[in-house]
Amino acid sequence: MTYEKKSDAHWVAMVLAIAETRDRSAFAELFRYFAPRVKAFLMKSGADESLAEECMQDVMATLWRKAKMYDPGRASVATWIFTIARNRKIDLIRKSARPEPEDLPWGPEAAPDQTEVVALQQESQRLAEALRELPEKQRILIERAYFGDMTHNEIAAEMGLPLGTVKSRIRLALDRLRHSMT
Amino acid sequence: MTIEPKHNISDELLMSYAAGALSQAFDIVVASHVSLSPDSRVRLDGFESIGGAVLDEMDAADLAEDSLDRALARIEGVEPEPREIRLRSDAVLPEPVQKLVGGDIDAIEWRGIGMGVKQAVLHDDDHGTARLLYIPAGGEMPRHTHRGLEMTLVLQGAYSDEDGRYGRGDIEVAGQETHHSPTAEAGEACICLIATDARLKFDGLLPRIAQPFIGI
Repeated sequence: MTYEKKSDAHWVAMVLAIAETRDRSAFAELFRYFAPRVKAFLMKSGADESLAEECMQDVMATLWRKAKMYDPGRASVATWIFTIARNRKIDLIRKSARPEPEDLPWGPEAAPDQTEVVALQQESQRLAEALRELPEKQRILIERAYFGDMTHNEIAAEMGLPLGTVKSRIRLALDRLRHSMT
Repeated sequence: MTIEPKHNISDELLMSYAAGALSQAFDIVVASHVSLSPDSRVRLDGFESIGGAVLDEMDAADLAEDSLDRALARIEGVEPEPREIRLRSDAVLPEPVQKLVGGDIDAIEWRGIGMGVKQAVLHDDDHGTARLLYIPAGGEMPRHTHRGLEMTLVLQGAYSDEDGRYGRGDIEVAGQETHHSPTAEAGEACICLIATDARLKFDGLLPRIAQPFIGI
């Protein structure tokens, strides 16, 4: 089940449709694109197939329940779903909930600034392109780091690379990714 | 007006937090530091957006046949939760610590460990311990080195050691090479949030004997 890639602006509209009108077809559309990726991410993080399927179901249900918390001025939809998947995975591994930073103050008038939303969407797109274009050795390390459960030391040990090499490759990759965001 | 922290967390540790690779004790400290540091919050958003890009670039996995039907059945009749208005807080303890303590500083259950120093353990598992430490104004922590990683976040007052001065929101990360004896500034007691992944090693004979009882 593959699904055509859409712009972040499209996904933002889908999440807002859930928040505002409980739009089930918007949910289904988000599901078709993100659920297979969330499941793949969880399997890369060490979950077996059935656990990944269950955990992905939790993640997508959370997306529905928390749709009104989503702030398009702060994160792309992919980033928001990444944080939900990461937290759900950690909650399953540990008995306690993952500590999250305090939310910033938020009032009823604080609708996100549209220029900020657009800038963030363009930035997310450039970031995804930059990740795709990283030299393979760097890209693999970044992905490994984000599958979680491993510190940079542990990645070095597991891949049989000197810690200095891992650290400098990650640093080079981060420089390139940051450059894409400015 | 809030004073922004001067000592922020390193990119490496912030990236590990964003990826979910740190243990619970260190997550508590990083989440609390980010709550107090606008600089670290912006950098954390950046690291989480890399996580979003990694997710977006994943090759799609096969789903169970009834996957979407199950998801749709699950959200049937569920109302998305309302977003509540959040006001700026003037509490001393950042929210991640308040959740563990069950309130602000008045709710902390301190245990004296000698010389006016008090502690309250917030979390303890095989991977690390998070605790609050109270050092009276002008008081000194016993000189110690580390067997593992130690993260210290100042919540109230300030302390100085061989590496500098640390005030509210500042974070200090010490490894095996660090050998320090922090001293609280005069005027106000210093309250720190500390995570360790191994027991501290004190230099003097007496603290070493006392260590199993104190639990540091």
